[in-house]
Amino acid sequence: MRIGVFICHCGSNIAGTVDVAQVAANAAKMPDVAFAVDTMYACSEPGQQAIEEAVKQHKLTGVVVASCSPRMHEPTFRRAVERAGLNRYMIEMANIREQVSWIGKDKEANTRKATDLVHMAVEKLRLNRVLIPKQIPVTRKVLVVGGGVAGIQAALDCAEGGMEVVMVEREPSIGGKMSKLDKTFPTIDCSSCVLGPKMVDVAQNDHIDLFTYSEVESITGYVGNFEVTIRKKAPYVDWEKCTGCGICTEKCPNKKSFDRHNEGMGTTTSINIPFPQAIPKKATINAATCRKLVDGKCGVCAKVCPSGAINYEQEDELVTVKVGAVVAATGYDFMDWTVYREYGAGRYKDVITSLQYERLLSASGPTEGHIKRPSDGKEPKNIVFIQCVGSRDVSIGRPYCSGFCCMYTAKQAILTKDHIPDSQSYVFYMDIRSPGKAYDEFTRRAQEEYGAQYLRGRVSTIVPLGDKLLVRGADTLAGQQVEIEADLVVLAVGGEAAHGAPQLAEKLRISYDSYGFFMEGHVKLKPVETNTAGVFLAGACQGLKDIPASVAQGSAAAAKALGLLSKDTLESDPQTASVDLKRCVGCGKCWNVCPFGAIREMDMRGQIKAEVLEAVCQGCGLCNATCPQGAIQLSHFTDNQVLAEVEALCRC
Amino acid sequence: MSVLNESNNGKELRIVGFLCNWCSYGGADTAGVGRFTQPTDLRIVRLPCSGRVNPLFIVKALLNGADGVLVSGCHPRDCHYAEGNFYARRRLEVFKRLLPTLGIDPRRFEYTWVSASEGQRWQKVVSEFTQQVHALGPAKFVADAPEFDVLKVCAE
Repeated sequence: MRIGVFICHCGSNIAGTVDVAQVAANAAKMPDVAFAVDTMYACSEPGQQAIEEAVKQHKLTGVVVASCSPRMHEPTFRRAVERAGLNRYMIEMANIREQVSWIGKDKEANTRKATDLVHMAVEKLRLNRVLIPKQIPVTRKVLVVGGGVAGIQAALDCAEGGMEVVMVEREPSIGGKMSKLDKTFPTIDCSSCVLGPKMVDVAQNDHIDLFTYSEVESITGYVGNFEVTIRKKAPYVDWEKCTGCGICTEKCPNKKSFDRHNEGMGTTTSINIPFPQAIPKKATINAATCRKLVDGKCGVCAKVCPSGAINYEQEDELVTVKVGAVVAATGYDFMDWTVYREYGAGRYKDVITSLQYERLLSASGPTEGHIKRPSDGKEPKNIVFIQCVGSRDVSIGRPYCSGFCCMYTAKQAILTKDHIPDSQSYVFYMDIRSPGKAYDEFTRRAQEEYGAQYLRGRVSTIVPLGDKLLVRGADTLAGQQVEIEADLVVLAVGGEAAHGAPQLAEKLRISYDSYGFFMEGHVKLKPVETNTAGVFLAGACQGLKDIPASVAQGSAAAAKALGLLSKDTLESDPQTASVDLKRCVGCGKCWNVCPFGAIREMDMRGQIKAEVLEAVCQGCGLCNATCPQGAIQLSHFTDNQVLAEVEALCRC
Repeated sequence: MSVLNESNNGKELRIVGFLCNWCSYGGADTAGVGRFTQPTDLRIVRLPCSGRVNPLFIVKALLNGADGVLVSGCHPRDCHYAEGNFYARRRLEVFKRLLPTLGIDPRRFEYTWVSASEGQRWQKVVSEFTQQVHALGPAKFVADAPEFDVLKVCAE
């Protein structure tokens, strides 16, 4: 074998703390190395060309690139050697940037470590074999999990591109958080007027199959061929028959059910349609409060329903669909702000969240757009907004900025003045964060045109004072304490990952961070991809973001899914397991451990042997580690290759 | 091959890491991107999954002169291959208990779980394990090791 070794400077990223010339000189002495050189930027066009030329000039049969992480540039260099006429799997990378030069400044130690890593890569490469990918057919269908604005955008764009779409939403209606908003910043556009038509488009699009009040039960398979089981929760109403006329909701005698759509501002009936623009506009029974379902007495809705749609015996239904790609768009939820004792921990009725306030502002809300405070229904005059409730607070484990609260608070201050002209808004803030198109101008308008008083400082306590609330805080710019007698306090509660997001991530086999947000493939370069092929991210499930950013990411995820499924077949990853039939004793350990059912029993002239289904094998190597005979080996990670790397490290 | 560890001066020990590609290797990359300084002793072998780790690899490393071995995978329930790390957990826990019979101090081997977002955790894991191995010092030849008393171990 003739190996070429390329040691990348990566500008000063590597060369700054690693003696790259020395590493190249050391590499030249390694077995089978025919050519070793250091190069400024291996991934640049001249860098890649140099590799191609060296392959031809020195008749190389394998290449080692020592540079950044293979998770970053392995595909780049695979393409480069392929252009030079080599098999794309005849390349190995040594990670001397993320795992050497960036984590230590000792140049001598780093140079030694980089040499070791190159040596390991050379020893592994010596045992690499040519691998040829196979073509596997794909299902040209996309699953979108979550029917908020990001998911809606992704679904519509996929459908527009001619792809079949399955959308799963756990609430009875799509629309997500945006459907609960009254207006949107920075234009004071009516939220439901912007979102409503898109929701209708989803319902009317022939390419979109909508499953609301449903959740993803399980996902198996792999890119291009996922099999998804969807649990359709029982609404106790036959949605085929329900026309959404709403008679049942008028007649239902139990009017004390928690109103999820209105965030608990007001109550609703046990059978209800969440809001007038709901898609689909179908009734759902709340099994926890329905008298018929709880103690068998009532049945009014069944009597009044003109289409006979009520079915108290209905059960959850499981549906299986095959898809080629998945877009996760599960959004966010609000953190539990009652951990803050200084704001009353939920004891004061007139301390509400911003989303609850949004419902009070909304014409389709419980107060029909008249701001009435929860305790006595009076119109508030003095309203205090408190920012950063559960954002940027290390003391409760939430160091991050939620990003959208500064803006929606400014919007709510403006709307307050519109609704109640003689009102006064006070905003306690830490910093105003408004980096967006026309955002900062908007927060200034709230102050200058609408007279909202911005006070830079925190609130230390809220105490009841007659029928008002006394808000005590600091104005750090004036350097004094302030006390405001407020009729209503609105908390800008920070967001967190949607409840259940980690569980979904585990089903999708994608990573999530300590706050439950899904991990993108690369912070900058793969913002909507994940490390699991065929799974993409859209919207706030990846990190909190506002509506324009969510929509943009929805479109981006759709573009990725469309690109992936634009072909009829996908190339399989040939780094799969294979069986040495001479060694296999047919013990069956491998097919028992395989998580994908990729190994099956076969009969070879009366002897039982294992057989790998290449298209199904995902290359985890569990079987390899389990086989007592060493008969089943994972290509590119064979026992001999791993041991060669270990030897390179230890035996020297 | 003797190009390696020439001028080691005994300051560095040989620590081999077996990391799964999806979580821990990514976590080590995240640590690098975040410039979380770490000791330089560890060299990482990239594997698809912690379930790919055959205890044989660890034995070979330790018997061939490694002073410590660290295995790291995805957190349980978050395996890229659904259940690979469950197998790893069982194997490695049993394996760790087996080490004394091989005459190897079990403190020379650890397994842990680090996700791709946990750069700082990775820094902590590497620093602590390196410290632990340094406290034990360089591995002795197996036959000279004080732990290598099979009868004593069996009696226990």
